[in-house]
Amino acid sequence: MPIIEKEKLNPHLFDADVEQEPIRKGFGKGLLVCGERNEKVVGLCADLTESTQMHLFRDKFPDRFVQIGVAEQNLATVASGMASMGKIPFITSYAMFSPGRNWEQIRTTICYNDQPVKIVGSHAGVSVGPDGGTHQALEDIAITRVIPRMMVLSPCDTIEAEKATLAAMDTSTPVYIRLGREKTPIITTKNTPFEVGKAQVFFQSEGELEIGIIATGGLVYNAIQASKKLEDEGVKVKLLNLSTIKPIDREAIISLAKETKAILTVEEHQVVGGMGSAVAEVLSEEHPTLLKFLGVHDQFGHSGTPAELIEEFGMGIQGIYNSALELRERL
Amino acid sequence: MPIMNEQKIKELNLKATDVRRSIVEMLLSAGSGHTAGPLGMADIFTALYFHILKHKPDDPFWSDRDRVILSNGHICPVLYATMAHSGYFPLEELKTLRKLGSRLQGHPHREYLPGIETSSGPLGSGLSQATGMALADRIDSGNSSERFFYCLLSDGEMNAGNTWEGGMLAGKEGLWNLIGIVDRNSIQIDGFTEDIMPLEPFKDKWESWNWHVIEIDGHNMEEIVDAVNQGKSVYNKPTMIIAHTIPGKGVREFERKYEWHGKPPNNEEAEMALREINDLRERIEAGGQN
Repeated sequence: MPIIEKEKLNPHLFDADVEQEPIRKGFGKGLLVCGERNEKVVGLCADLTESTQMHLFRDKFPDRFVQIGVAEQNLATVASGMASMGKIPFITSYAMFSPGRNWEQIRTTICYNDQPVKIVGSHAGVSVGPDGGTHQALEDIAITRVIPRMMVLSPCDTIEAEKATLAAMDTSTPVYIRLGREKTPIITTKNTPFEVGKAQVFFQSEGELEIGIIATGGLVYNAIQASKKLEDEGVKVKLLNLSTIKPIDREAIISLAKETKAILTVEEHQVVGGMGSAVAEVLSEEHPTLLKFLGVHDQFGHSGTPAELIEEFGMGIQGIYNSALELRERL
Repeated sequence: MPIMNEQKIKELNLKATDVRRSIVEMLLSAGSGHTAGPLGMADIFTALYFHILKHKPDDPFWSDRDRVILSNGHICPVLYATMAHSGYFPLEELKTLRKLGSRLQGHPHREYLPGIETSSGPLGSGLSQATGMALADRIDSGNSSERFFYCLLSDGEMNAGNTWEGGMLAGKEGLWNLIGIVDRNSIQIDGFTEDIMPLEPFKDKWESWNWHVIEIDGHNMEEIVDAVNQGKSVYNKPTMIIAHTIPGKGVREFERKYEWHGKPPNNEEAEMALREINDLRERIEAGGQN
């Protein structure tokens, strides 16, 4: 039997009808709480208020909401100015446009300028679906984590997104929060530990471990299911939910490498520069380990249903399972 | 702000020659940097720091200060020189411009030098930051705030969409506490602005975004101060002051030549420039115009 602390994760995690909710919804709820707790919090949006779930904040705090229009460069720079006057601005758009289109403004006026703006990019990954490749951000982790001072958070479900939003408010640095569009299963509970900079063990087989899996974002659910399937087939697995990509939990990654024989990273992002690369940066220096990167390999996304695309890119439960077995064969 | 009389105007004109001299000296010492823009904006910066601004050079973080947001960071020699002359830091430090370990970075860095409100250099982002500041102040203070936000811009950076995005928002929000001053010197790196990317009818563009627009001679102290006073009294609109300036102003060899946009003077050129600035000073002392 896998070691999953029952209180730690959703007890219905393995039910066929496990409750689902878009990760972005957790952000919307979290921002509302932030607004209530701290009057310095302001919300700015680039004409996607409901899509990014900022409408809850807008309706409750209309005087602290700024409608920027379709102008993501302005979104970042106005927020920088507001932060310099003591505000804690949250800015939202699709990840493709913020931090995509406004990267230099984020680098210079927010990070170089050391203003604690919270950049919330929704609709990340191929699971955006039918809107197609223009709207599927697959590079956002790479371009945010490379900037000095930027914290990068990638919550695994709506509950963790709410916690990440509150943590971002209380952080003195710029933060990027990556959110998915589609409904994904609720993995965690209010009591699941969440600490910025700390990876959490979400699945662990008993006995001598073979494969370590590190997953982030909405794919964590598939990674849990794949872990269970692997265990059912006799492959002993340990899975980390890496919801803080920067600052990365070096200790947890190194100890996973020591406990297992090889590690599979799973992310809805280009493998170049993404979470897997961040893991490799740690391990190649500290504890060289055989790795396999499951993600998008130098391609753009395209239209399809989210489920079809997740399968096509090998990120479904079976895809993760297969990748783990391929990795095992190399041992 | 105090009323301008002939004596005050003369004092400011003389102070501007001190600033110009420092600009030439610091660029010579740095061996790189921009010459035309800083010399052209010396009168406006002098008017701001020695007459218009509510500020305390010995207390740069004083919370009630007016804010100066320099959007076109590359003209920072004029900002540094004016700040040093008004007492923010020792004049000696101007010689460290662009050198290793200096607080005077090639483009200004907020964290290095108290009194710099924002790090800038990449063009087109300053007006939006100033808009964000003015907006935040209005959220906090409503109409009771006495702070003003002065954004200094170049005409070259009007090519950038980010500038217009900020302008649209400030117009939409009716930010009366925001005053933009654009250096309309008509040059940019590759040539004259109207050849590179025409801006005219420039005034109409700002008016159409709901800004109050004033055109002035950017070397005339009375016009500079009057325009700011007018801008402060306009209800419910931000003000854009289009300041027509002569790039390289004060040194005839440099004036109106876009070649001087992005290079510093060598020894001979600096000597000549300092002589010219000295002559200018003598003319002002004798009661002439700048």
